[in-house]
Amino acid sequence: MALLEIDAVDTYYGRVHALQGVSLSIEEGEIVTLIGSNGAGKTTTLRTISGLTPASRGQVRLRGRDITHLPAAQIVGLGIGHVPEGRRIFHRMSVRDNLVLGAYRRKDREGIRRDQEHVLTLFPRVRQRLHQIGGTLSGGEQQMLAIARGLMSKPKVLLLDEPSLGLAPILVDQIFDIIRDINREGTTILLIEQNATKALTVSNRGYVLETGRIVKQGPTKMLLESPDVQRAYLGI
Amino acid sequence: MAILLVLFIPRAASDPSFFVQILVYGLANGAIYALIALGYTMVYGIIELINFAHGDVFTLGAFVSLPLIGAFGLTEGQSASLGLYAALLVIAIIVMLILGGVNVLIERIAYRPLRHAPRLAPLITAVGMSFILEGAMYIWRGANNIHYPDFLPAGRISLGGSASIGYKDLIVIALAVVFVVVLTTFINRSKLGKAMRATAQDQDAAQLMGIDINRTIAATFFIGAILAGAGGIIFGLYFNTVRFDLGFQAGLFAFTAAVFGGIGNIQGAAIGGLFIGLVKAYSDGYFTSQLTDVWIFSILILVLVFRPTGLLGMRVPEK
Ligand SMILES: Nc1ncnc2c1ncn2[C@@H]1O[C@H](COP(=O)(O)OP(=O)(O)OP(=O)(O)O)[C@@H](O)[C@H]1O
Ligand SMILES: [Mg+2]
Repeated sequence: MALLEIDAVDTYYGRVHALQGVSLSIEEGEIVTLIGSNGAGKTTTLRTISGLTPASRGQVRLRGRDITHLPAAQIVGLGIGHVPEGRRIFHRMSVRDNLVLGAYRRKDREGIRRDQEHVLTLFPRVRQRLHQIGGTLSGGEQQMLAIARGLMSKPKVLLLDEPSLGLAPILVDQIFDIIRDINREGTTILLIEQNATKALTVSNRGYVLETGRIVKQGPTKMLLESPDVQRAYLGI
Repeated sequence: MAILLVLFIPRAASDPSFFVQILVYGLANGAIYALIALGYTMVYGIIELINFAHGDVFTLGAFVSLPLIGAFGLTEGQSASLGLYAALLVIAIIVMLILGGVNVLIERIAYRPLRHAPRLAPLITAVGMSFILEGAMYIWRGANNIHYPDFLPAGRISLGGSASIGYKDLIVIALAVVFVVVLTTFINRSKLGKAMRATAQDQDAAQLMGIDINRTIAATFFIGAILAGAGGIIFGLYFNTVRFDLGFQAGLFAFTAAVFGGIGNIQGAAIGGLFIGLVKAYSDGYFTSQLTDVWIFSILILVLVFRPTGLLGMRVPEK
């Protein structure tokens, strides 16, 4: 059984029909990339999974369990971490408090402490800024904090919405390295990226979203070689 | 402004005792405004609603405590004893819990359904809620001033000259300080406090952390009502008279205090409360109480126009 399944989902913002029968599934341990142009519905797909914008039709299932209409706050507790578009860290709180909030649903103090230590090892920059106020971090540091905070919930699946957006090339490489590390440690990843080539390179499979519909899917190799995908998303 | 100071300074200098006396009075008054202002600022901070009914929740605190005082068999003039203060404390706790419940209910039925409606809608509801609460208290106890029993010790400590500070003043100021310190610590340190701040800053992100924002907002209303309820009782004990529409003016003054301190900012609200209390005391003492409203609303307007983020507004950049 797939770890995470989205089954014929329709999602609306008021009258805007953002997702139109989107289906995708992710196996445990995979990295899956979702590509598509601006406004295709990538962010909406993640919001539908994490419960921020629940689907009107169709189902979202985690290990076969229907979570479509659970409140977002509960879905995190089941093991879906969502690092949202635009970082969305808490600007007026310390870096440490941001991390503490990431583990809001957890009760295992010892485990939280261990994970915080681990996360700070992954992101040494975040450790250096631990006592600073979130809003004073640079863009790249904020992005790292957002990922670190997402990991603090100890997710089985991590949803990453454009984690490299606006970062200097050297930081982009770092972020991709870390994504791979996190995955090796056992976290399944659903990734959205502008940088489609890089994203597909680290992924096992990919989906292409166009105006609210999945138009193509397959192993990354196939997508990277597809002329349509190359023309539309890889800038080749 | 300059003319005012010219009028004010010589008179203050000619009678320093009077000046100090007014200072004491202003601080005690301001402590009560601070307690009310905290509720305004917390609610505004989390859902950006100016909860006009908040001043009336404060009045309700005094009103609900009156029958409890009777039920506990406390009578004015009984000698101060540990038993008396223990009973008052129990009464205060009951009142705070009742008001907390009332305020959570108000949020649930009057504001939550409108959370995604245009801003004006909940604002109008809040004004309506204020009328409902005042109306209910009017029906309950009528339009006249109601005597509130005097339980606080009457002694005074001399401050030199003819100025003195009453035990009453000290108790009121000390209580307000304790509440502000406890609240600030709670908001900064506790898990719920962090959830409240996170919800105030970004509701979507808060939910992604696993924070139940409905519960967190309800908790904010609960805590705001606790402070307002305590403020109502303290007001009664200090001034010994209450009336159904007390919350109208007190609420507006406290709101000004919250704006002055930077709405959404806890310490700002406390400082703003003291400041407004002082302005009111000096205006009443040196000019005329009829002008007090004018000063205070001038402050409100000036702050809104020239420094809408208030004295201690949020200074951290929003990247
Ligand atoms: N809050 C909203 N209200 C109304 N429409 C929205 C809202 N958010 C998104 N949409 C619309 O839904 C569609 C999908 O948006 P979405 O944010 O999912 O796109 P995206 O693929 O993430 O785009 P981008 O690459 O620009 O981030 C777009 O047409 C967008 O205009
Ligand atoms: Mg997007």
